[in-house]
Amino acid sequence: MSERKTPSRTNRTQISRRDFLKVGAAAGGGLFLEFAVPSAGGAKTGVSAGHEFSPNAFIRIDRKGAVTLIMPQVEMGQGIYTSIAMILAEELDVRLETVTLEAAPPNDALYRNPVLGFQVTGGSTSIRAFWMPLRRAGASARAMLVEAAAQDWKVEPAVCSTAAGAVIHATSGRRLPYGSLVDRAAQLKPPANPTLKTLADFRLVGTAARRLDTPEKVTGKALFGIDALPPGVKFATLIASPVLGGRVIRVDDATARAMPGVRQIVVLDDLVAVVADHTWAAKQGLDSLNITWDDGPNANVTTEEILEQLKAASLRTGVVAKSVGDVATALNVANRVEVTYQVPFLAHAPMEPMNCTVHVKPDGCEIWVGNQVLTRTQAIAAEITGLPKDKVIVHNHLIGGGFGRRLEVDGIAKSVRIAQKVDGPVKVTWTREEDIQKALYRPFYFDRFEVALTGAKITAWKHRVVGSSILARWAPPAFVNGVDRDAVEGAVNLPYDVPNFHVEYVRQEPPGIQTQFWRGVGPTHNVFVTESLVDELAHRAGKDPVSFRRDQLGRAPRLLACLDLVASKAGWGQVLPRRVGRGVAIQDVFGTNLATVTEVEVDEQGEVYVKRVVCAVDCGIVVNPDTVVAQIEGGMIFGLTAALHSEITLAKGRIQQSNFNNYRMMRINEAPKIEVHLIRSVEAPGGIGEPGTAAAAPALANALFAATGVRLRKLPVDRKALAAGKSA
Amino acid sequence: MIDLQINGEIKHVDAPDRMPLLWVLRDLLGLTGTKFGCGIAQCGACTVHLNGNAVRSCVLPIGSIGTRAITTIEGVRATPSGASVQQAWLAAEVVQCGYCQSGQIMSASALLTTTPHPTDAEIDAAMAGNICRCGTYVRIRAAIKSAAQLAAMRGTDGDRTDNV
Ligand code: FES
Ligand code: FES
Repeated sequence: MSERKTPSRTNRTQISRRDFLKVGAAAGGGLFLEFAVPSAGGAKTGVSAGHEFSPNAFIRIDRKGAVTLIMPQVEMGQGIYTSIAMILAEELDVRLETVTLEAAPPNDALYRNPVLGFQVTGGSTSIRAFWMPLRRAGASARAMLVEAAAQDWKVEPAVCSTAAGAVIHATSGRRLPYGSLVDRAAQLKPPANPTLKTLADFRLVGTAARRLDTPEKVTGKALFGIDALPPGVKFATLIASPVLGGRVIRVDDATARAMPGVRQIVVLDDLVAVVADHTWAAKQGLDSLNITWDDGPNANVTTEEILEQLKAASLRTGVVAKSVGDVATALNVANRVEVTYQVPFLAHAPMEPMNCTVHVKPDGCEIWVGNQVLTRTQAIAAEITGLPKDKVIVHNHLIGGGFGRRLEVDGIAKSVRIAQKVDGPVKVTWTREEDIQKALYRPFYFDRFEVALTGAKITAWKHRVVGSSILARWAPPAFVNGVDRDAVEGAVNLPYDVPNFHVEYVRQEPPGIQTQFWRGVGPTHNVFVTESLVDELAHRAGKDPVSFRRDQLGRAPRLLACLDLVASKAGWGQVLPRRVGRGVAIQDVFGTNLATVTEVEVDEQGEVYVKRVVCAVDCGIVVNPDTVVAQIEGGMIFGLTAALHSEITLAKGRIQQSNFNNYRMMRINEAPKIEVHLIRSVEAPGGIGEPGTAAAAPALANALFAATGVRLRKLPVDRKALAAGKSA
Repeated sequence: MIDLQINGEIKHVDAPDRMPLLWVLRDLLGLTGTKFGCGIAQCGACTVHLNGNAVRSCVLPIGSIGTRAITTIEGVRATPSGASVQQAWLAAEVVQCGYCQSGQIMSASALLTTTPHPTDAEIDAAMAGNICRCGTYVRIRAAIKSAAQLAAMRGTDGDRTDNV
C-alpha cells in the first residue's frame, strides 16, 4: 500500500487548519504569503516552528519539500480529488504520487465555487469552475519558487525551468528542490499574471493517472462520515414524522427504556430518536416505541392528486424562458403534434445512508459528516445552537455517494437538534427506510408540447415545463423573473435549428413533499422529453432518427461529430432481430457534448434487457480520460436504474417505497456493456458527472420504440405496455 | 460474553446473541470497513466471510456463528484470492465513491475461492446481491476476470505477496 494520504485520514488536523485560516484571512485577505505552522501541522511534518510556503489557499510546501494540496471540492466518487490534484501538480510541476491531499475547511471566501457562488460541489461544475483558478494557483507558486532559486543563483528566472518538485538551471546543471526554497519563496509577492503552461506542455493533465483516493477504499480504511467514532460516541437512530409537516403527539417508551443498551429517548416536535450503546440497540429501541403522530395538513396527499395539479397547471400560460421567431403562426400547419410527457419523483438512495455525528458543548459544536455544502453545514449548526460560526468545527469526510442528496443540510439540522439533548458526541444513522422515506426528491415534472413539422424539419417547437422550483428554495437569488433556470436547462438550449422556438416554465409546488437536485438535475428530465419527442418526429417524418437529427444540427458541429462517431461505432443501420432495437439520443448540457446509442431486447412479456450502450463524448480538454469514462459508465447505470425501475409515490401523505426490495436498483446481472469513445478537443473543459445520467432514459426509450413500436411518454418504463401484442 | 474469531484473532464481545455481526464489527470493535446499506440482506454492503463463504452480516446474529472464522475487508488480504482482487480492483480503477466496494471485494474474493475462473454468468450470479449505486458494474466484471488471472499466477509462483 502506498503512503498516499487522503483527506479521510487528515481531517483530524482540521482544527489547526481552521486556526491558520483565521490568522491568514485577518492578515492577508485570503491570500497567504507566509504563516506560522500550526502545532498539529508542525508535529505532522516534524519541522518544529519552521515555515511553510503557502502562496494561496490551495498549496502548502514545507521545508522538507512535502507538498500538500488543499481540495476545495468534496470527493463522492467522481474522482475530483485526483483531477484537482492533477491540475495543481501539472502547473506546480510536482509528481502526483508525492502530494498529500487535505480537505478544505468551510470557508466561502477562500473556497467559493466560481460557477455557483459559494463553497459547493455539485452540478458537474468542479472542473469547469476550478480549471483556471487552480492552474493559476499552481503556476503562481511555481513562478515564486523559480524566482527564489534565480535569486539564489543570481540568474534571470527566465533561464530556469522546473521538473518533479525542483527548480533547474540547465546551463550550469544546478538544481534546487522546492523544499530548500520555501523560506525565500515565502518572502516574495505572488505574480499578478503567472504564465500558464500551454496544452502541449502538459505532462500529467490528459493522462489516465491513478486515482489517489482508491487504495484506502479497497482495504476498508477509507473513512466516510458514517465511520466517525469520536471518543465516547453514542449511537442513535431516528424516525421523523411519516407525513411531511406532521408532529409527535405522544410516545410510549416503556419497553424501550427497559432494553439493554438503550440510554435515552429524545422526543422533539417532529421526530423521535433513540440513543444507545450501539446502533442495533438504538434500532431495537426505536422499533419498540409506540408513537402517536398528528399527520397535519398533508395527511391525505397522493401522487394522483399531485399529478392532477401538474396537469391542470400545464394548461396555464407560463413564464417565458426563451422565445425565438413566431411559434403561434408556425404551429398553424397540418403536420402538428401535441403530446405530454411526465417523469416521477425519485429518491437518491446513495449507498451510504444519511448520517451525521455531532457533539454539542456549551461553547462549541463539532460535526463529523460527508457533505457537499460545508459552509451551509456550519451555518445551520450555528443557527440551531446559537453559537458563532467559528465555534462550529466541521470534519468533512469522504462521501459514500452524493447524487445531490448531500447538497442539503436537513440531516445535519436533525442531528444537531438531537445532539443538543445528548451529553457527549452522538452518531445519528438513518435506517435505509428513513433515508428513502424522509428525504427530498427529484421533482415530478409534467411537460406539454406543441410542435410542427414541415417536410423533415422541425419548424415550430413550443414546450411548457411544469414542476416545482428547486432554485427558488435552494438559491433564491438565482430564481429570476419566475423562471427556474435548472428546470428548463436542456429545454431552452435544444441543439437543433428550429426557427420558431418557445419554452415556458410553470412553477407548481406539490403538497406534502419537498424537492431537490438529483444527479443530472434539469437536463435529466429535459433531455428525456425533448429527445424522445425528436425521435417521434423523425418517425413521423419517415426519416431515420440519426439522419433526421444530422440534418438539423447546423449550429452544433461538436455534437454532430459525436453523433457521427457514435453511429459508426454502434453499427447504426444494421438489421436487427425481432424485438431488438437501437435508440439514439444527443445532448449538449453541462458544457459537454454527448451522443448515445442504446441497444435493447424486449421479451414477449415486456421485460427489458439492455444489451449495449455506446457513447461518443466531447467534453473539451480532458483532465483524466479514465475518470471521464468511469463517470459516463456510472452516470449511465444511474440513469438506466431510474428509467427502468424508479418511482417514488405517495399515499396518505406517506412515501410508499422504503428499501431496496421495493425501490429497486439495477444490479450487475442487468448492467449492459458500455463503450465510451472520447473525441479529442482543445475547447474549455465540460462537466462529466451528470451527462451520462441525462442520456440514459431517452436513448433507452427510443430503443424500446425501435424494438416494439411503443412510445413511452412517462417513466419508469411500463413493461405491460411493452408486452407483445400491445404494439402500436 | 461471546468469543468471535475475526481476521485470525479471538475477540471477546459483550453483546446479546441476537445482535447482528455488522453492528458488533462497526460499533463495538471499530472495524468500520464493513458497511451498513440496507439492514435487510438486499444490498451486500455488509458482506463478510464466514469460513470463506460470503454472508450478509446485517442479518447474521452473532449467537449463530460459533467457532466459524470471520473475515472482514480489513483481513481479506490474507485470504487465497483477497490480495488478487484488491490489486485487480485498483488496476481496473473500479472504485468510485467506494462505499459498496468492501462488500463487492468480499463477494468477489469468495467467488474466486470456490470458482477460480468464473464465466460472466457465474460472476453475475455471485455478484447480483451487491448493489453499486455509482454503477461500477462494468469494471467489476473486468476486474474479477483479471483477479482470476492474477490469482492463477500467484498460485504458480508460490505465495507472492505483492502490495496492493
Ligand atoms: S446492509 Fe446487509 S445486505 Fe445491505
Ligand atoms: S462505488 Fe459508490 S456505491 Fe459502489
